[in-house]
Amino acid sequence: MNSRKLKDKISSRLMLSATVFACLLFFVMLLGLFGKASPILSVVPIDDLLFSKDWSPMAGKFGFYPFIVGTFWVTGLAVIIAVPISLLSSIYLSEYAGNRLRETVKPLIDLLAGIPSVVYGLWGVLVVVPFIKNTLAPILGAETIGGYSVLAGGIVLSIMVFPVIISITTEVLKTVSTDLREVSLSVGATQWQTIKYVVLRKSSPGIFAAIVLGFSRAFGETMAVLMVVGNVAKIPSSVFDPAYPMPALIANTYGEMMSLPFYDSVIMLAALFLLLVVLIFNVLARMVLVKMERSVV
Amino acid sequence: MDIRIIEESVFKTLMILSLTTVIGSLLVVIGVILWRGLPVLTLDMITKTAEGGYYLGTGGGILNAIVGSLYLAVGGTALAFIISVGIAFYLQNEYSGGTRLASMTRLSLDILWGTPSIVYGAFGFMVLMQLNMRASLLGGIIVLTLLEIPIMTRAMEEVIKTVPQELKEVSYSLGATRLETSIKVVAKQAFPGMITGVLIAFGRGIGDAASILFTAGYTDRIPGSLFDATASLPLAVFFQLGTPLPQVQQKAYASAVILLIIILIISITTRLIGKKYTKYIIR
Repeated sequence: MNSRKLKDKISSRLMLSATVFACLLFFVMLLGLFGKASPILSVVPIDDLLFSKDWSPMAGKFGFYPFIVGTFWVTGLAVIIAVPISLLSSIYLSEYAGNRLRETVKPLIDLLAGIPSVVYGLWGVLVVVPFIKNTLAPILGAETIGGYSVLAGGIVLSIMVFPVIISITTEVLKTVSTDLREVSLSVGATQWQTIKYVVLRKSSPGIFAAIVLGFSRAFGETMAVLMVVGNVAKIPSSVFDPAYPMPALIANTYGEMMSLPFYDSVIMLAALFLLLVVLIFNVLARMVLVKMERSVV
Repeated sequence: MDIRIIEESVFKTLMILSLTTVIGSLLVVIGVILWRGLPVLTLDMITKTAEGGYYLGTGGGILNAIVGSLYLAVGGTALAFIISVGIAFYLQNEYSGGTRLASMTRLSLDILWGTPSIVYGAFGFMVLMQLNMRASLLGGIIVLTLLEIPIMTRAMEEVIKTVPQELKEVSYSLGATRLETSIKVVAKQAFPGMITGVLIAFGRGIGDAASILFTAGYTDRIPGSLFDATASLPLAVFFQLGTPLPQVQQKAYASAVILLIIILIISITTRLIGKKYTKYIIR
């Protein structure tokens, strides 16, 4: 065999091993976390862990419920804020804006996606938290502990979710064929009617996928939320209450993990929970997007 | 006036407002960080490591975090690059076309791409515990490598996919092997896109805090070996903001400015590379 063929063969084997590694990485993570989480699962039934409100590690009581609820409050609020703003922006960018505006805005959206989460967190501490404490809460007559609240987390997270939803939605809107739009316009529909009845209807599965991916991005976000959300292990009763989302729990307790029995196992279970939720969301969204891509061609 | 026209203009106004909100929030975030951080960003901050009295508001700067972050991100990006190039090339049709491995890998990468960095951190911590290792530069680099692989591979695969099949076939018809074609034709053609992928992954790596929180540790010194703990910019922001003294908190602002400047440089470089090299691509 000549040396060129040999090189080709060797490099191909190396690439194959890199690919197998990437393919297995996810399963290794899943199994690894599961392995570490199983000690606690064998002692306490899973529904006790998920639905018990009692979080006192010292007493060996590990109820995830406040953290799960906290996560959903913050993430839900972020998505509620981000979805209308992102969708309207995407529609404008893809349907109304000229090429020049689109070319200017795209790098800015990418930049928004590239800013590290601690920077968003710091911004939240400097701007959002004082704003809630000094302005918003007094006006609405709500009580808040220093402004660190579900609302602060939701606002900061929503900005971090903008680029995810906008970039996917503009891609999805691009796949709607011009013919369809022209048919609608030719029968006398206004541009907005065309968007409402044709473009959005045609692309609704894709938009749904974009929202799900945005939600999943927000769901696992740690540092920015951790810095502004207050971290009190109680179920929030209003958006001005502090919350304690799951990722923040993992980040805050890693130092003490080895100090109590089962503590490390519980934290790994929390990580496993995050991984599984994000997995479900991602697979769901990908399936929709792939299906859409196929139907276009 | 026609109700339909009113409806359209109402929604158009809402759209413009939304877009302004999005772009505005970007500018406000950058503006506030620069406004609060630039005044406290002294030369000492970037040329000195943390010294005695640092956590009382005097003494030294964050050179340890800057260097630590560069070590972590460069190391992680280099390792991720080696692996990602392999995967991205291998996902071409010539190598793995139509196999189950290819579609499984794509799915796995998609899921990994969406996996929160705190999960990488927890996983990395677990591995370190198993190996009886402490938080160290090496631990941080490995976790960042894992975190960056899906980002980089996906970006690279996207551009490699756009290389025209005819171009590759010309190369094959001249007797080139797959490796030669990959390096001399595909890589050349996809170069700007691949570099963009590397830079995006580097940006993610240098800015990520949750994954290295468990695995890289934090120290006031510049790490001397791969097994030393290391400081990093995102964690410098996080830890210093958590201290009670305003003078120390201001160091968090300065750290955030440096981090932001690095991200801005990466973002601008990405644009410039894209513009400069797309000229040489055969369409």
